[in-house]
Amino acid sequence: MAELTYREAIARGIAQEMRRDESVLFLGEDVGAAGGVFKGTVGLFEEFGPVRVRDTPISEQAILGAAMGAAMTGLRPIAEIMFADFFAVCWDIVANEIAKSRYMTNGQMSFPLVIRSGNGGGLRFGAQHSQSVENWAMMIPGLKVVVPSNPRDVVGLMAAAVRDDDPVIFLESKALYPTKGEVPEGEIVDALGTATVLRHGADATIATLGLMVPRALAAAEELAAGGIDCTVVDVRSLIPLDTQTILRETSATGRLFTVEENPRVLGWGAEVASIVAEEAFFDLDGPVVRITTPHIPLPAADTLEDMALPSVERIVTTIHKAMNS
Amino acid sequence: MTTTEASPVHDVDFKLELYRSQVALRRFETRAYDLFLENYVKGTSHLSIGQEAIAAGVAAAMRPDDWTFATYRGHAHTLARGVAMTPVFAELMGRANGLMAGKGGSMHLTSVEHGVMGSYAIIGAHLPIACGAAWSAQYRGTDQVAVVFFGDGTVNIGAFHEALNFAAIWKLPVVFICENNLYMEYTRTSEVTAVARPAADRAAAYGLEPILVDGNDADAVYEVARTAVERARAGMGPSLIEAETYRHGGHSRADPGKYRPDEEVALWKSAERDPVSRYRTRLVELGVDESTLARIEADVDAEVEAATEAAKAGAAPGEDLLMKDVWANGGAEWRN
Repeated sequence: MAELTYREAIARGIAQEMRRDESVLFLGEDVGAAGGVFKGTVGLFEEFGPVRVRDTPISEQAILGAAMGAAMTGLRPIAEIMFADFFAVCWDIVANEIAKSRYMTNGQMSFPLVIRSGNGGGLRFGAQHSQSVENWAMMIPGLKVVVPSNPRDVVGLMAAAVRDDDPVIFLESKALYPTKGEVPEGEIVDALGTATVLRHGADATIATLGLMVPRALAAAEELAAGGIDCTVVDVRSLIPLDTQTILRETSATGRLFTVEENPRVLGWGAEVASIVAEEAFFDLDGPVVRITTPHIPLPAADTLEDMALPSVERIVTTIHKAMNS
Repeated sequence: MTTTEASPVHDVDFKLELYRSQVALRRFETRAYDLFLENYVKGTSHLSIGQEAIAAGVAAAMRPDDWTFATYRGHAHTLARGVAMTPVFAELMGRANGLMAGKGGSMHLTSVEHGVMGSYAIIGAHLPIACGAAWSAQYRGTDQVAVVFFGDGTVNIGAFHEALNFAAIWKLPVVFICENNLYMEYTRTSEVTAVARPAADRAAAYGLEPILVDGNDADAVYEVARTAVERARAGMGPSLIEAETYRHGGHSRADPGKYRPDEEVALWKSAERDPVSRYRTRLVELGVDESTLARIEADVDAEVEAATEAAKAGAAPGEDLLMKDVWANGGAEWRN
């Protein structure tokens, strides 16, 4: 068992797959000798060389077009979009081309590719470098979407994403890059579409994702001290979505809280809440409550950004209030 | 750049095949238009009538394992690679015997087994995608070439520039072919483009030679395509070809094309400019029998007729197709 940072785990996960399979290539801006602007891919260029680890111009459409064309002809590219906000300049390739071409061609093509991207806030980068865009990807039929919350899951979900025959949007919570966690030695391969239960409690269930996972766990500790014992589900994979785990854990406690980094409207928790309302309504002891960033562009100043993103304190207060009303 | 072998373009059998291909594209599209009027074909469609020499000439320069990336105006480019008429008609009609069982429609014709790697309906999108296929060929050392067709309107969208630069810096085996039919949708391209030659005048920006060709001369198109394809195959990187042509009809089904001067349309439809008539005249001048040409035309007519009937006989796609093939496992499940 080694302790790795979340950013080190990215390089570990990619390297694990590139060693195993020569059809796995990696491309993006500054990903080569520079090792990525977040230093998430340090060492890959040295190990795999400039043919398999390629720097690109600042051309997001070209990057993702290249990944798509390579995938349809038998390779398994991993493309980096530096900040998830930049999906906005290449969304045609993602939403219109990669996502739909398999269906439109009646299954003639497959797109085994991964698009990894730094997602979300917490780094005071302002509204165009901090967005949490998992719901953009989630609402397009034909895309799979995963968001790891810890270094071990980064490796396991990266392997699952690379080996999957469908396009996977792999969103890394930027604020988690320096966080550490235990990562077992040897090959780690997870399954897409599997949520994990990180904490068991009898009173309420929290479903959460990415950067919000450690906050939800911290909140659960505080709540436990105050007599509210929470289950924490790390959703991990939005498409496919492990609804059975969420439904089971919700039914077990009778309460569900979602903790989402995305702006309020149509965040992933809205879909989860809808599923629970339809399929576990009679197991609920109270309303499903969503804890989200307000429906605003994310501000840059540290004080304002901290007010916007769900904090441990806000999670504790919201759950406490809801459970005692 | 000199080609490695003598061009077959002077061979009469080769020319007859090129003629047959252009006649087939013309008559397919003419029938497709009729089928619209008869309401067999729904939705929209974009015909290549008047532009056949490009699809036919380029396809003749490609190897069977090379890749075509076409636009929503892609019936001709699909057929030119050897895809049969019946599944294409059937796709236009939304039938289960369509090329994609009715799931793609006129604008997305794809036949991977023929190297037709899709027809793309968002302007410019397929240029970077063709780069990706070319990158794959380069990495795997297969010496396949990606050929990507697009219209003059495409030169003003960002993806064009990203793809050209990308192909140039990575020296990708991709051939970019701009079909300049003088109008981007309903607007004359010269009114909305900073340079006179929409593609050729931009070549220098990517370190490429400007290549202009008469897009209504299948032999000329074949020759420039052959050179560009060989260049790409030899690892010498991309080419950007501008082929000047004209669509006889409007942009799409809904467009009568009235924004174009009558005399301009008449000129391009004349026997001197129209690619099919022109090519026929050339063959006659070379001494080909009228009866030989008439036989080719009759064969194509019979093929169109049979394909139309076979397509019409297809069933409507069933509900089983609706939830099929979103994912590589064949299904559409997004949750457990």
